[in-house]
Amino acid sequence: MAAEELPSIDALGQFELTTSLGAFGRSVNFTQSNTMMLIASALVLGMLYFGMRPKAVVPGRLQALAEMGYEFIYNMCSDQIGHEGRRFFPFVFTLFFFVLMGNLLGLLPYSFTYTSHIVVTFALAAAVIVLTTVVALYLHGWKFFTYFFPAGAPKMLAPLIIPVEVISYLSRPVSLSIRLFANMVAGHVMFEVFASFVVMLAAAGTLGVVGAIGPLALNVVLVGFELLVAALQAYVFAILTCIYLHDAVHLH
Amino acid sequence: MNEHTGDGGGSFESRLAAARKKQGLDPTPPAQSVGGSQTTSMGVGLRVGVELLSALVVGVALGWYLDRWLHTSPMLLIVFVLLGGAAGIANVWRLMAPKRG
Repeated sequence: MAAEELPSIDALGQFELTTSLGAFGRSVNFTQSNTMMLIASALVLGMLYFGMRPKAVVPGRLQALAEMGYEFIYNMCSDQIGHEGRRFFPFVFTLFFFVLMGNLLGLLPYSFTYTSHIVVTFALAAAVIVLTTVVALYLHGWKFFTYFFPAGAPKMLAPLIIPVEVISYLSRPVSLSIRLFANMVAGHVMFEVFASFVVMLAAAGTLGVVGAIGPLALNVVLVGFELLVAALQAYVFAILTCIYLHDAVHLH
Repeated sequence: MNEHTGDGGGSFESRLAAARKKQGLDPTPPAQSVGGSQTTSMGVGLRVGVELLSALVVGVALGWYLDRWLHTSPMLLIVFVLLGGAAGIANVWRLMAPKRG
C-alpha cells in the first residue's frame, strides 16, 4: 500500500441523509431518518399491542417487557413529579421509548440513528420545554414569573438575577438536546474510526491483519458500551423531563 | 421472643427477602444523583460541560439577535455573553449543590 494514498476516515459520512422508499421518498424528501422513526414507532406500538394481548396473569416475555416498561416510567413519573405526575405519564412514556428505540435501532448495521441529528433531539427538547412552560403558566398563572426571581433575594440584584435565571431556563432545552445528540454522535464516530482502522490495517499485509485484531476487539467492546449509553441517555432524557415537569408543577 | 434458629427461623417474609437478596433478584435502587444522571465522574464531568456550554450558547444567541433587532451591536452581545457564562455557573451550582429541603 502506498503511504501517500491512505484512505481517509470518513467519520461523519454516516450521518448524511438520503431519501428512502424509492421514488416516493425522492418526491417528498422522505429520508432514511424518517423511515427509522416510523420503524421505531411501529416497534413500540407492536411491543405494547402484542405484549399486552395475552393478558396473562403470569406474563410471557413480551408481556413482561411491556409491563416493565410501563411500571418503570410510571414509577419515574410518580417519584419525580409527585402524585400529579401521573397525568404526564403518556408524554414521558412516548418520549422515553421513542428516544430509546432510536438509540438502539441505530446500533444495528445499515440502520440510521435519528437521535444523532440535533434537529431531532432539539425538536424533542423544545416540545418538552414548551409543555413545561404551558403547564406552569396554566397551573400558576402570573405567579410563574416569580420562578425567575427567587424569594428573599435582594431587590437590588434583580437586573442581574432575572436575565441569568431566564438564560438558565432557556438553556434547558439546549443542554437536553446537546447531551443526547453528542452522546450518539460520539459513539457512532468511534465505531467508524475503529472500523476504518481495521480495514486500513488489514490492507497493509499479514502483520496488519494481526494488528487489526486490536481495533476489532475494541469495537466489540464498544458495542456493549453503546448499548449502555443508548439506554442511559434515553433514561436521562426522560428523567430530566420529569424534573422539569416537577419544577413546572411545584414551582419551588 | 423471636428466636432465629438457622434457616427455619424468621417470618416467611424475611426469609423470602433474604433469599431474594442472595440470588440478586432485588435490584438495588439506582443511586439518585442530582438530576438523576449517571454517577460516574466522567458522566458528571460531561454534564457540567454541557450545562456550561448550553447556557453560553443561549446567551450568545440572545445577545446576537437582540443586537440585530435593536441595532446596538456589539453592546448586548458582550453583556449577554457574560450573563450566559453566569447562567452556566448557576446551572452547575444547581447541579452540584446539596438539595434544598
